[in-house]
Amino acid sequence: MAFTQENREKALAIIAQYPYTKSAILPLAHLAQDQDGYLSEDAMREIAELVQVTPAEVNGTCSFYTMFKREPVGKYLVSVCTNVTCLVVGGPEIHETLSKKYALDEEVTVEEVECLAKCDGAPCFQVNYEFVENVTPQEAIDVVEEYKSGAKQARTISGTLKVGEK
Amino acid sequence: MTVTETRIITKRMNESDDNHNIDTYISLGGYEVAKRTIRMNPDDIVESVKTSGLRGRGGGGFPTGMKWSFLPPDSFPRYLVINADEGEPSTFKDHMLIVRDPHQLIEGIICSAFAIKSNKAFIYLRGELALAYDRLSAALAQAKEKGLVGNDIDGSGFDLDIVIHRGAGAYICGEETALIESLEGERGMPRLRPPFPAIAGLYAKPTVVNNVETISTVPHIIEMGGDAYAQLGVNKSTGTRIFSVSGHVNKPGNYEVELGITFRQLIDDLAGGIKNSGKVKFFIPGGGSSQWLIGSDEHLDCPLDMDEVGTRFGVMLGSGAIMVYDQTTDPILVAWRLAKFYAHESCGKCTPCREGTGWLEKVLYRMSHGQGRENDLDMLLDVGDNISPGLNAPFSQTTICPLGPSAVSCVVSLNKFFREEVMNRIKTQNNSVESKVDEEVVV
Repeated sequence: MAFTQENREKALAIIAQYPYTKSAILPLAHLAQDQDGYLSEDAMREIAELVQVTPAEVNGTCSFYTMFKREPVGKYLVSVCTNVTCLVVGGPEIHETLSKKYALDEEVTVEEVECLAKCDGAPCFQVNYEFVENVTPQEAIDVVEEYKSGAKQARTISGTLKVGEK
Repeated sequence: MTVTETRIITKRMNESDDNHNIDTYISLGGYEVAKRTIRMNPDDIVESVKTSGLRGRGGGGFPTGMKWSFLPPDSFPRYLVINADEGEPSTFKDHMLIVRDPHQLIEGIICSAFAIKSNKAFIYLRGELALAYDRLSAALAQAKEKGLVGNDIDGSGFDLDIVIHRGAGAYICGEETALIESLEGERGMPRLRPPFPAIAGLYAKPTVVNNVETISTVPHIIEMGGDAYAQLGVNKSTGTRIFSVSGHVNKPGNYEVELGITFRQLIDDLAGGIKNSGKVKFFIPGGGSSQWLIGSDEHLDCPLDMDEVGTRFGVMLGSGAIMVYDQTTDPILVAWRLAKFYAHESCGKCTPCREGTGWLEKVLYRMSHGQGRENDLDMLLDVGDNISPGLNAPFSQTTICPLGPSAVSCVVSLNKFFREEVMNRIKTQNNSVESKVDEEVVV
């Protein structure tokens, strides 16, 4: 989907921050994900046009970074750390439990990620980049359910707060 | 004697939880140093930072003042880039510094940019840290509103623009030249040096890349004076550092201490000792890239001195992360998970790392899942030797950046301290260990 008028203005403001336009590829890809829920080919074409490079260059850059989802993902992206601190305090169990529980749930995408820099709260995971710390597998499910039921308001798929929130 | 924290850069955040709000920060004396600094002689500030002995807190430990003085004197524009792409396994200090004291970082940027005569700074923030991004963006907006960032700061004539740039999930972008590539909108692959960033960095202009903790320390050095800061610490490891202690300890967390206390004091006195009255089996003293130490008196009583840990035991303090493991821990499983991390994060530019980290991961996977073979450990060492010839520390490398050699540390440590346990496991595995290996993954 093309950028909305509002986002296109945001995009131009982002590009203006940099001495060279190509630097804006990462922030614009985040912006596109915020809007569409993933990074579509159309979005990459539009970014290419905005920063004056080829679409292949945008794809080349974006395909390097794990946060850019070039295929649609669930509304809730659950990123579970299993790196070496979480490893010994229950991270893999949380990952396994959530993966099984939401294997067929289109709203929830569970992924295994590397250290999230919150090891004092291990085991930890994120729902759309919002941290959840010190939980058991059952508590982890409860938190995801709170997001699904709307009791908790989620960030966008790129981790941006939605408009009107503090 | 029980040690306590020495709070310099964690002082304000300890006084108020609301420190990310500019009014609170100012009420605690914030931005006073920056206002004075931008009326000083920039060269005097560089001198002061040199005198302080401050060394990079991101992992390399390079003297900060010296890094600054490498900039060619007459080449402009030049850039200050803040490395906030904290991703070293089990390091969580920069994340805390940004969430709880973002203005301290901004004040540090004002002072440092002025010292190196730069008018444009970029903060490369790890993409996953959404709350940190919110806090930092809000703090920057507040600082701009008060005229502390922008044109003619506080009427001094000094202009400074700061841009926050979110990364997107690539550990390698914590390496300074990969970070610069990423900031230019490219794949985050390290550059061959020379030229060093100080000569041709961001947009081929002179560039200084410094870690969040390093830059957050600068205003305090200016306030205390370089000499006074150098009085703290031990030998060439001056001042204080934040250590992120995690794993099987009672109180995992960030502790700012004067360099020179021992690992034992850090683990027992500050992090509350091992859970369930257990004992340290081994610990990793500098993030996942360092070689390991074990729970012996010799290792535990070694002082936190950036050079001494290297000369005595071939390990490093790196990013300041200390992962502590008790007697119940399987070192092969930890080694596998580290290798998996490096295999995933290898950027693919250099063959020894791209191929080697994948092999290390696959072989360690079968070893840690009941399918090890008798010559596996020696094979791992051989693969490691191709990435880091000699398997020594500080490591030599066949790669452009240190990611590949870092992946070898866990293998060397496994061989050094746990060879017998590994061999015994391989001998007995088929009888006692439940095989969980996915057939397709076994190589």
